[in-house]
Amino acid sequence: MRMISLLLILITSFFFTGIIIRTKSILSGRKGPGIMQPMKDIIRSLRIGSVYSKTTSFIFQLAPTVYIATILMAILFIPFGNQRGVLSFNGDFVFFAYTLALGKFFMIIASLDTGSSFEGMGASREALYSMLVEPAFFIIMGSFSLLTGFTSFVDIFSAMHFGSYVTYGLGALAAFVFAIIALIENSRMPVDDPKTHLELTMIHEVMILDNSGYDLGLILYGTNLKFAMYGALIANFFHTPGYEWYYSIPIFFGVQLAFAVTVGVVESFSARFRMNHNPQFILMFTSISLLIFLGVLLLTGKII
Amino acid sequence: MTNALEIKNNQRVQLKDIPVLPYEEFLELNTNLTKDFYFHCVNYFAWPQGNQLRLFCCIADDTTGHILLSSSVVAHDNSREYPSFSAKNLAFHVFEREIHENTGLKYSDHPWLKPVRYPVNRADRNSDISNYPFYQIESEELHEVGVGPIHAGIIEPGHFRFICNGEQILHLEIQLGYQHRGVEQLFLTPKNLLQRTVLAESIAGDTVIGHTTAFAGLWESLCDFTPGEDILHARTIASELERVAIHTGDLSAICADIAYQLGNSVFGRLRTPVINTFQKWCGCRLAKGLIRVGKNQYPVTPYMVDSLTQLFDEYEPDTYEMYDRMKTLPSVLARLERTGIVTHEQAERIGCVGMTARASGLIRDIRWTHPYLIYGQIPHQPIVKHHGDVYSRTQIRRHEISQSIRYIRDLIANVPAEGNGNPELSSPQPDSFVISLTEGWRGEICHCAITNDTGELALYKVKDPSLHNWLALALAVRNNDISDFPICNKSFNLSYCGNDL
Repeated sequence: MRMISLLLILITSFFFTGIIIRTKSILSGRKGPGIMQPMKDIIRSLRIGSVYSKTTSFIFQLAPTVYIATILMAILFIPFGNQRGVLSFNGDFVFFAYTLALGKFFMIIASLDTGSSFEGMGASREALYSMLVEPAFFIIMGSFSLLTGFTSFVDIFSAMHFGSYVTYGLGALAAFVFAIIALIENSRMPVDDPKTHLELTMIHEVMILDNSGYDLGLILYGTNLKFAMYGALIANFFHTPGYEWYYSIPIFFGVQLAFAVTVGVVESFSARFRMNHNPQFILMFTSISLLIFLGVLLLTGKII
Repeated sequence: MTNALEIKNNQRVQLKDIPVLPYEEFLELNTNLTKDFYFHCVNYFAWPQGNQLRLFCCIADDTTGHILLSSSVVAHDNSREYPSFSAKNLAFHVFEREIHENTGLKYSDHPWLKPVRYPVNRADRNSDISNYPFYQIESEELHEVGVGPIHAGIIEPGHFRFICNGEQILHLEIQLGYQHRGVEQLFLTPKNLLQRTVLAESIAGDTVIGHTTAFAGLWESLCDFTPGEDILHARTIASELERVAIHTGDLSAICADIAYQLGNSVFGRLRTPVINTFQKWCGCRLAKGLIRVGKNQYPVTPYMVDSLTQLFDEYEPDTYEMYDRMKTLPSVLARLERTGIVTHEQAERIGCVGMTARASGLIRDIRWTHPYLIYGQIPHQPIVKHHGDVYSRTQIRRHEISQSIRYIRDLIANVPAEGNGNPELSSPQPDSFVISLTEGWRGEICHCAITNDTGELALYKVKDPSLHNWLALALAVRNNDISDFPICNKSFNLSYCGNDL
């Protein structure tokens, strides 16, 4: 049973970006590709060999594997309601965050390894935004562990009781902030434009310009997995108190679907931010998570 | 005070009537003329004759609609250095760079003799893009980013070298020449008029009508042919339709660059019926084959009038609605406003033309100042914006679209009967000089031709507006974010092949 969240996340990852792309197509008046098209592209990439530049070292070849491994590792910690993930221990959300950071670190040094001026630029942007987004995650998780008195994902989520309006509000706020964190971590609009062909405006895309074939397939699938992983984290805020599977599983997929459609809508009807406005935007979510912290302090009576 | 010959747009003159001045006087005359805001240089080029170079300078006078022609003969043996025009007026810089590159003429005080396009028949064969000394800064904090000539997208090849402080651009150097095909030389080799017309059509794929109209006007003047009303009428409609088509495509591309998907797909969808109308008209969506010298190959039939009316009835509401939505969206405005500013002063100093100049409050519009085709009969008022930023260049496109549609609607309401009076085209007159100016959607296009004593072409010079405006892009991106470069570039949408020829 501990495998359930892993399985559900893997299933979601197959169609998540497909839904985003389909939403964008429909909203711009086009038919669009099938839901499974991004997955087919990834499978095609996985079947062809990679090309390596002579200037790169083993780091460049190692990084995509480390990246996907860290994401899979992080997914093992995601609980499903009161059902533990495959791995779970006290303080696992810290491990979760820094496992993902390790993958990102490898992507960054791999892009520096190519010696390309673009990729260095993209790496510096990605590092900056990941750094800015980190406080938001820890303030939220810290607040919830303060509220519930536990320090692992599953204990926090199963002990969270939505009894008052304030806790409902906190849950909704947290889900919102997690959704934005997912957008930033996955380099989507409005922070980064995954569709752009302009190397100077790219963030994540420019870092992987030199990756090809199997490596590229891994990185692209990593994005799908990350989306599904954050969606699963968000879904945990919406489970019913009894955690019956015939409620939980539809809720899980419902949340994932709503999340994907929201991403598609955001990407259709707004322009991306100017690069130097991104830090302000990201820090805004740190302040929203501070609001959650304040709410928790009120609830636990630590102040007043 | 003027020693220059005054001619009209598309007027043929005898070569011997163009005054030949001593170089110092030539320099004095032209740099003094262009001190005035209403005068600007439309073309300045060298014609090698044995061991001599004859320099021709064409200054457009916006007040009277004349073009002031003067020339000078200098030695072509590198024996001495000449003072440059550019030292007195920067707008000449690109012409003198071209003369230096093509003929090896030396200048004593030109600010920067940077190669224009590395033509095949350049004077210094050892000068090559591979050994070009790019501008460099020795610094620990600054870094260089080289982009191109092969780009991630579907744009033409060109090399951009940025010197950046973090995300901020301090300096941009643009080096072109990858699209060089030797167009000017190719005009001289084939003896067939059709081959030359097709060549004019392929100078820049997005300005087919602009360049071909310039060529046709020039050739008809060379042959002393007076085109009938129906020919001019059809060409005017084509010019304005091309403006509508390309401006719509540009609006779509601007939206794409700021990742505004709705605008990108809606304007992209709206551009298609416009270029499809060209296909209905002449069988080619890029309007190749529409304009032929001395005849009205594809007259404006009642069917075309209906097609155009129907096109605009469907096109206008959607375009204006989409534009209104776009201009009220904060996330779009945040990207466009105050990005990539070219000040009025900069635009004037470097000699910007066309839409780029008009976005900075500098009125340069050949349709207004030197009317050709039937623009003389249209009360044309150039659209001018004053901020010089990306948003101004976007607004200009929107307003020129509606202006052009208004002109076409007026024109198709009153189509002249197909003239049977168009005479046969004779052969070009000998020893002549013709200059033809047109206002393409990007700006003024200038074609010049000189014939020898047997009436064969001896020199053909093409000038695309991009030649003036590339420097404006380099200036516009200074102190902007490097991530805003693509949107700046797209707002100018300059031609690489028009520059490289």
